[in-house]
Amino acid sequence: MDGERIPILKMGEVLLVTIQVDMHDRLAMRLQDDLTERIVKDRARGVLIDISSLEVVDSFIGRMLANTAAMARVLDAETVVVGMRPAVAITLVELGLSLPDIRTALNVEQGMDLLTADADGRPGYGSRRL
Amino acid sequence: MAVVGSESHEISSSDDVVRVRQIVRDAAVALGFSIVDQTKLVTAASELARNTFHYGGGGRFRAEVLNSDSRNGLRLVFEDDGPGIADIQQALSDGFTTGSGLGLGLGGARRLVNDFEIDSRPGEGTRVAATRWR
Repeated sequence: MDGERIPILKMGEVLLVTIQVDMHDRLAMRLQDDLTERIVKDRARGVLIDISSLEVVDSFIGRMLANTAAMARVLDAETVVVGMRPAVAITLVELGLSLPDIRTALNVEQGMDLLTADADGRPGYGSRRL
Repeated sequence: MAVVGSESHEISSSDDVVRVRQIVRDAAVALGFSIVDQTKLVTAASELARNTFHYGGGGRFRAEVLNSDSRNGLRLVFEDDGPGIADIQQALSDGFTTGSGLGLGLGGARRLVNDFEIDSRPGEGTRVAATRWR
């Protein structure tokens, strides 16, 4: 197996992932595994996944995002997916995947705001569900 | 209706699924499809290519540029020699899967295109053709 990986950055209690490549399925699964490991290892309370570079989110990537959010929740961390392109949102819903359990925000700044508001116990503003 | 151009690619790994997405993206851009239509075509191609790889045991992909009454279209053809689909209606329904997927592949891909054909014989293989017109 090749060692290709999506980098995960730690910013305080938040893990930040910016997906900038067209991921093949193994790479997507590796990111899901890496994120769950890092949540525990770094005692992260939030995960921010920036998909603004992704031109396509198909059912496999959509499921990976939903699974990651579900696993993070079990590990007491909140996940926010940010930067979804309008064409991707339209296509996902038509495909039949509305991702009801994923929190989303328009950009990294708003996503970070949501996560830090959670950590402070304040209600997050502009919480969105697709 | 005439086929005015085509490009083929073997599907034998998950990297080939990525390659198919790139070929379809390039073809859709060249044909002047809108961003939303490009995204729908590439997403449908991704679902169908993954099916060919996972369920068909690999196979062949062909992108065809169509011209009919001065309209252009892009047809995506996926063929495999795998086990075939016993019940096509069931396979097209949302949530049906024999693997670990979400069961959105076939039915979802069908919703993202204008024309959708599927031919399958148990034990012989499956051919899916999905077309979107400009």
